[in-house]
Amino acid sequence: MSDNNKPTTHLVEGALRQANQMKKPKNFRWFTPSLYIFFLMLPIYWLVNMSFKTNQEILSKFTLIPDNPTLSNYAVIFSDPSWYNGYINSIIYVVMNTVISISVALPAAYAFSRYRFLGDKHMFFWLLSNRMAPAAVFVLPFFQLYSSFGLIDTHIAVALAHCLFNVPLAVWILEGFMSGIPKEIDETAYIDGYSFPKFFIKVFTPLIASGIGVAAFFCFMFSWVELLIARTLTTVDAKPIAAIMTRTVGASGVDWGVLAAAGVLTIIPGALVIYFVRNYIAKGFALGRV
Amino acid sequence: MDKTYNNKAWLLVIPVFLLVALSAIIPIMTVVNYSVQDTFGGNKFFWVGTEWFTDVLRSERFHDALGRNLLFSFIILCIEIPLGILIALSMPKKGIWVPICLVLMALPLLIPWNVVGTIWQIFGRADIGLLGHTMAALGIDYNYSSNVFDAWATIIIMDVWHWTSLVVLLCYAGLVSIPEAYYQAARIDGASKWSVFRYIQLPKMQGVLIIAFLLRFMDSFMIYTEPFVLTGGGPGNSTTFLSIDLVKQAIGQFDLGPAAAMSLVYQLIVLLVCYVFFTVMSNVGTDKPEVEE
Repeated sequence: MSDNNKPTTHLVEGALRQANQMKKPKNFRWFTPSLYIFFLMLPIYWLVNMSFKTNQEILSKFTLIPDNPTLSNYAVIFSDPSWYNGYINSIIYVVMNTVISISVALPAAYAFSRYRFLGDKHMFFWLLSNRMAPAAVFVLPFFQLYSSFGLIDTHIAVALAHCLFNVPLAVWILEGFMSGIPKEIDETAYIDGYSFPKFFIKVFTPLIASGIGVAAFFCFMFSWVELLIARTLTTVDAKPIAAIMTRTVGASGVDWGVLAAAGVLTIIPGALVIYFVRNYIAKGFALGRV
Repeated sequence: MDKTYNNKAWLLVIPVFLLVALSAIIPIMTVVNYSVQDTFGGNKFFWVGTEWFTDVLRSERFHDALGRNLLFSFIILCIEIPLGILIALSMPKKGIWVPICLVLMALPLLIPWNVVGTIWQIFGRADIGLLGHTMAALGIDYNYSSNVFDAWATIIIMDVWHWTSLVVLLCYAGLVSIPEAYYQAARIDGASKWSVFRYIQLPKMQGVLIIAFLLRFMDSFMIYTEPFVLTGGGPGNSTTFLSIDLVKQAIGQFDLGPAAAMSLVYQLIVLLVCYVFFTVMSNVGTDKPEVEE
């Protein structure tokens, strides 16, 4: 690439060096992101701060750091099954949803990325339109649908209901990644005598591993943060933590400390997941498939 | 782009089709069913035709909620899109700070929506919250649960806090995909910062910006949980957005007919915007790559 314009390289480099020297004023670029991150962290800091305080301290005085840091709020959550089961429930249906979404989306995304077929565009649009459907519209019909199957208050009900917006999303993300894989790979594999399932599992899936990661991340994320549907479809046994949090409003007012501690604990799984996929996030977003 | 025409590909799409049909078509048909019938209880329904639809389309309540929702979407788009671009432009391109910035910025996106509401509820309260307390200390009369302006301001700031990162991450992804050679060429030409932005960065971000714009529009248009937790739609009805109003009608008052009709109108609005979105999306970068506005 650089061989054929050797003579001009020197000129260009010189000009570049000059330009670089000219254009290196003091750098304040870090200022905007830092300010923004500061703004993002402020409410979270306050939540964490509160979670280590006793209710008495929260209500009686204003302290930036807890006077007597206490773990009692967390102890309440970890010692009461009705609290910590909320986390387990949430994680169960989120994982179920992610697995279902990815496994049905994989073949469909392959079809959309490799073939034209009758009604493919309409199908794709219809799928995407579900990603945009207001959850509020579906609350009541979902409740009736799942009660008629006797599935209310089970994890699978929530997992299936969340497929409404996660499957289209997964198809969309995966299709983007798959379109980036050259078709020749498929053809070569078929010539080598691979059957479709074998090719798909042995050759293709490893190639789009990062795409699967990104898709799984977004499925996890949207299922984890959704509350309206999850709350409607559950009563006791599968109730998500986000819904259990509303319990802290008791007869003696709101138990702010426990509420804050529960809030902090809901942030942790998300933070962990995002940490694991941090290197793929930008790539996933680059496809603009969120 | 050289896709083969093969209807057997449908076999691969069938599982998705069935699954989404189960959770989309059946519920929508239930809604359609309710929207044309009335009941006196006891599972006796009778046909009322388009009565509910005329009611909804004429009702002040729906117009108000729709107006509020459009205003809200408009305000947050005006804030989040420019802010997101600005932050994305000043993000570091490489180095150890990149993953740190990304993780920290993406954090609000992964907080359950009602926890977002709770966080801001706590944060804004005058008695126990940092924001409320600071406002009080500064002598500003701030109370999001009784003052309409404060309620709106809090919800807007909360949404900016919650979702600007999405715009940032999208724009950032668009920016890092610009080859370094473009910037070198611009430097040699002595291009100003503004022209680099205007003629290199902005056109390259066009695709992701459209997506960011439409995603933010959709999501703000169906916002429910955060304002519900924070203000419960109040004070009065001042923050009752479409979704909140709809859930109030459907679950709270159990007015199935009007709620169903409203659902369908609501869904149609979203679908319409979604169609525009999809059309624009599939045209970006394919048939007219030179468009720059």
